[in-house]
Amino acid sequence: MEYFVQQLINGLTLGAIYGLIAIGYTMVYGIIGMINFAHGEIYMIGAFIAVISFIVLGAAGITWVPVMLMLVLIISMVFTSIYGWTIERLAYRPLRGSFRLAPLISAIGMSIFLQNYVQLVQGARVKPMPPVIQGGFVIMERADGFVVSLSYLQILIIVLTTVLMVGFTGLITRTELGRAQRACEQDKTMAGLLGVNVDRTISLTFVLGAALAAVAGVMVTMYYGVIDFFIGFLAGVKAFTAAVLGGIGSLPGAMLGGLLIGLIEAFWSAYFSIEYKDVATFAILVLVLIFRPTGLLGKPEIEKV
Amino acid sequence: MTAVPGIPLLEVEHLTMRFGGLVAVNDVSFTAMERQITAIIGPNGAGKTTMFNCLTGFYSPTVGRLTLHRTGGPFLLERLEAFRISQQAGVARTFQNIRLFAHMSVLENLVVAQHNKLMKASAFTVAGLLGLPSYRKAEKQAVELARYWLDKVKLTKFADWEAGNLPYGAQRRLEIARAMCTEPVLLCLDEPAAGLNPRESGDLSELLIHIREEEKIGVLLIEHDMSVVMSISDHVVVLDYGRKISDGTPAFVKTDPTVIRAYLGEEEDEELPPEVKQDLPEVAEREEAP
Repeated sequence: MEYFVQQLINGLTLGAIYGLIAIGYTMVYGIIGMINFAHGEIYMIGAFIAVISFIVLGAAGITWVPVMLMLVLIISMVFTSIYGWTIERLAYRPLRGSFRLAPLISAIGMSIFLQNYVQLVQGARVKPMPPVIQGGFVIMERADGFVVSLSYLQILIIVLTTVLMVGFTGLITRTELGRAQRACEQDKTMAGLLGVNVDRTISLTFVLGAALAAVAGVMVTMYYGVIDFFIGFLAGVKAFTAAVLGGIGSLPGAMLGGLLIGLIEAFWSAYFSIEYKDVATFAILVLVLIFRPTGLLGKPEIEKV
Repeated sequence: MTAVPGIPLLEVEHLTMRFGGLVAVNDVSFTAMERQITAIIGPNGAGKTTMFNCLTGFYSPTVGRLTLHRTGGPFLLERLEAFRISQQAGVARTFQNIRLFAHMSVLENLVVAQHNKLMKASAFTVAGLLGLPSYRKAEKQAVELARYWLDKVKLTKFADWEAGNLPYGAQRRLEIARAMCTEPVLLCLDEPAAGLNPRESGDLSELLIHIREEEKIGVLLIEHDMSVVMSISDHVVVLDYGRKISDGTPAFVKTDPTVIRAYLGEEEDEELPPEVKQDLPEVAEREEAP
């Protein structure tokens, strides 16, 4: 029981992070119908910028954790947003209107490029990161000394993710930008005729997705304490799986999918074998695609002839 | 051709659109006036929709100039990006096949049409996210305008429906309402009466007259339903095989021989070669004989 609770907490934390990344996949897919394979790399870059800015802020003497954290979040969100915008501008926009596969291939190229770029400028070694937030609550204790703990960092991750997701849902459903995004999703030409700047709306979608991935990057850096140039790949594929599991194109689907993937991973590593946790995750993906190709919350696409 | 009096709103000059060897629109010039309904008629394939596509930035014309006169203008439509044609020049259009945002509510369809106004008011989303009063006010005004048009097209009770679930005639009306919510100076309607029953097309005529009289904007109308065209238009332009063959008031166009020829064909006996004509009485006799 105690063990279960502990894994539940760990799974939720992990799921929150996957969910944040998955939103970027699902949004971009929704609006231009492509899988942005470079999105995992955006998250990785977010993590690197986090490490760099922690070091710089530390050197500058800003060490009070709330301020430091706030600044790191803002800095990496801004920088990754610029990356997200640039990638869209350079690698995808010129290919819009070309055949469907072209931007996909371009995305894979972008992903490889960004990995190698970070490897070159930052080195291939893992970057350690001293813990910024330590301590936590002890929730339960078993007779044999097993302790169920909920660290402050886990609370922060879950709370911050929840706030962001609520805010983001509000942005999509209530603000004009969200309305324009949904309009572009359904009919870009018509949206353009109504005066919506379609290109700008797509760019902003990339920027928003990148900003959320940056938050995930910052959180992971603090949570695991080590990052390297390759973390984007696996996290990206997992988040993509989460988006597909929840129903790609659907925002609540991405959040649900992220949560499920996190929980599956945590419980599988706890009760079966930690080596096969990724296999378990992807096996679930395969099953979902076989039995429910549109994902858990996805709407079936009806094409009119 | 007769001149129709009025203040010019849209000047189409020598518009030509070629697709490879096909000339879809061939050197068409005409002027649509402010506060008038200008109908563009012609047989299928005459180039009417192609002309609309040139006007709204879908195609860039091979030759020609499209000038829209309004305050802040004139705007050369052929040089504007598609979204700026609505945003700056104030040209709105509807399609032959309905293109609503089917998964949005009826009301939202009308609010999206006011995108630019709201985007500005929301300081590019920041104010919108924070729910600042200035944005709330702008949004309230947008909803008011949307409600006004819902009322005009008699869809108020469907405001919260998903647009794709509306009956056909209602979707057509919603499309016009949505175009009007962009607050255009020129409304281009591509066969708005297609598929409507007589009562519905009567309502449509009333709506268009309201748009002309109360909103005081120009309407460009492609329509095959002559009862609608002849009863409400101030000005009719007739196209055939991409060329303009007639231009004037409905009364003039109705009696213009070139138009009658295009629609009904030539009068046959003018065309018959003499040897055939000779045989005609004989044939008639033979048929009468038994």
